[in-house]
Amino acid sequence: MSAGTYSPRPGAAPLGRMIAAQTALETKMLLRNGEQLLLTVVIPSLLLVLFSTVDIIDTGSGKAVDFLTPGVLALAVMSTAFTGQAIATGFERRYGVLKRLAVSPLPRWALMCAKTLSVLVTELLQIALLTVIALALGWSPQGNPVSVFLLLALGTAAFSGLGLLMAGTLRAEATLAAANLVFLLLLVGGGVIVPLDRFPPGVESVLALLPISALSDGLREVLQQGAALPWANLGLLTVWAVVGLGAAARFFRWE
Amino acid sequence: MQSEPVVQIRGLVKRYGSKTAVNGLDLDVSHGLVTAVLGPNGAGKTTAIEVCEGYRRADAGSVRVLGLDPVADAGQLRTRIGVMLQSGGVYSGARADEMLRHMARLHAHPLDVDALIERLGLGGCGRTSYRRLSGGQQQRLALAMAVVGRPELVFLDEPTAGLDPQARRATWELVRELRGDGVSTVLTTHFMDEAEELADDVAIIDAGQVIAQGSPEQLCRGGAENTLRFSGRPGLDVGSLLKALPDGTEAAELTPGAYRISGEVGPQLLATVTSWCAQHGVMPDRISVERHTLEDVFLELTGKELRA
Repeated sequence: MSAGTYSPRPGAAPLGRMIAAQTALETKMLLRNGEQLLLTVVIPSLLLVLFSTVDIIDTGSGKAVDFLTPGVLALAVMSTAFTGQAIATGFERRYGVLKRLAVSPLPRWALMCAKTLSVLVTELLQIALLTVIALALGWSPQGNPVSVFLLLALGTAAFSGLGLLMAGTLRAEATLAAANLVFLLLLVGGGVIVPLDRFPPGVESVLALLPISALSDGLREVLQQGAALPWANLGLLTVWAVVGLGAAARFFRWE
Repeated sequence: MQSEPVVQIRGLVKRYGSKTAVNGLDLDVSHGLVTAVLGPNGAGKTTAIEVCEGYRRADAGSVRVLGLDPVADAGQLRTRIGVMLQSGGVYSGARADEMLRHMARLHAHPLDVDALIERLGLGGCGRTSYRRLSGGQQQRLALAMAVVGRPELVFLDEPTAGLDPQARRATWELVRELRGDGVSTVLTTHFMDEAEELADDVAIIDAGQVIAQGSPEQLCRGGAENTLRFSGRPGLDVGSLLKALPDGTEAAELTPGAYRISGEVGPQLLATVTSWCAQHGVMPDRISVERHTLEDVFLELTGKELRA
């Protein structure tokens, strides 16, 4: 390199370009990670195929795939917005990535914006894949796409808040363990593949308050039963989103 | 050259709970120069640097970096500085070139990434992810990330810790090139030779305060005395020799025939001693000059005992 190569010429790239670059990198990191792919792609797809084709759980009247697809879509949202994001962000915090980015030209809000966009891009890929699989299995979706979109958006916000809260307060290893455990527990007890009415009434009414239950039940009301807007579940998700994002904003530690 | 210091710290205090990491630190960093912050582990070097970078808020005192408040003006400041953290800062699954290209994309006028990769010998990293790179490769990547945005001021926190001698030289070379192109550099280190080789200005920090500051030459001259030794016939008139030497110089016959002169040892003093010997028919044998290194000064100032 010749003289003058390093002559100072500082300056931030345009915001849009920074956010696009950050989104692309975050998404690439996520798709490159084998464990993350297992969680976000392989497990939801396998569950959908397995439980639709083999009669393991009584999913009530109607086709199994019509019951299962909304649940698996909810699971896909949780796996990316909550589990995946919590684990990735926890390790970024642990390895000083967040610390280093904090002194780059990228503002913090733009980093969070890029993280959200990266989650949405991943969800889009998941939903496209799961939709194709479900249709191949004979899924016949009902209802209004706008309601589905609303539910998915609010669910993403709720799970992102909770995931970031976990990543920003616990040690990375604790986040890894806890996020996987929560994923497993909510997979079983959140109305994803096991209908909530299989649980005792007292337990069922508590489980119904979980964000995963609100999302899977809301999606089911629309996609399986053709409901217009599942207000109770939308309201529940809004509460979770406000509480989760609020707590994350309040308690998140960058180092 | 600007006269305004690029970093101005006055009475900085930073506490972590009951522990005081920085305790009334004053420091000026001159524009366009390399300033080394030297000190034992736990002296408060990293804390002081991280206050400048805007990571930590000062408990007392004032800090201006490029004329800005590191916390209140963080948005403006972070586009103008380059930061190399002591460790980490990279996605564990990212490749070296990928991360460097990403940092370049966040800046308006970045360096040529391929040339920088070549310059720092990072081409061999290939498709290896960050977590599988060697410690030296990780360090060089962090250095590249600090300079890729063409900053006015770079902060390097122990840039050569854990590097092999070749990589260390390459890092020094880059710091010299930065200086040549007008970039101001602040680096922390506990390698004396690094400070002596690279720095225009050295600040020695201990227990959260600057206990000495100056060029390496000034510190070596001021902090400790230098010594000239020679052998000659026993029983020379030391008093007469002392008269010929400047005030403040000491001379003694340590053992018969072994003489030691201590003071500000320079070419003039050496000439005075040899001409005195010539006048007295003495053949000075085994003349040796011991000039103190920064290490002597450092140990003298910070004490020789090991720190926890």
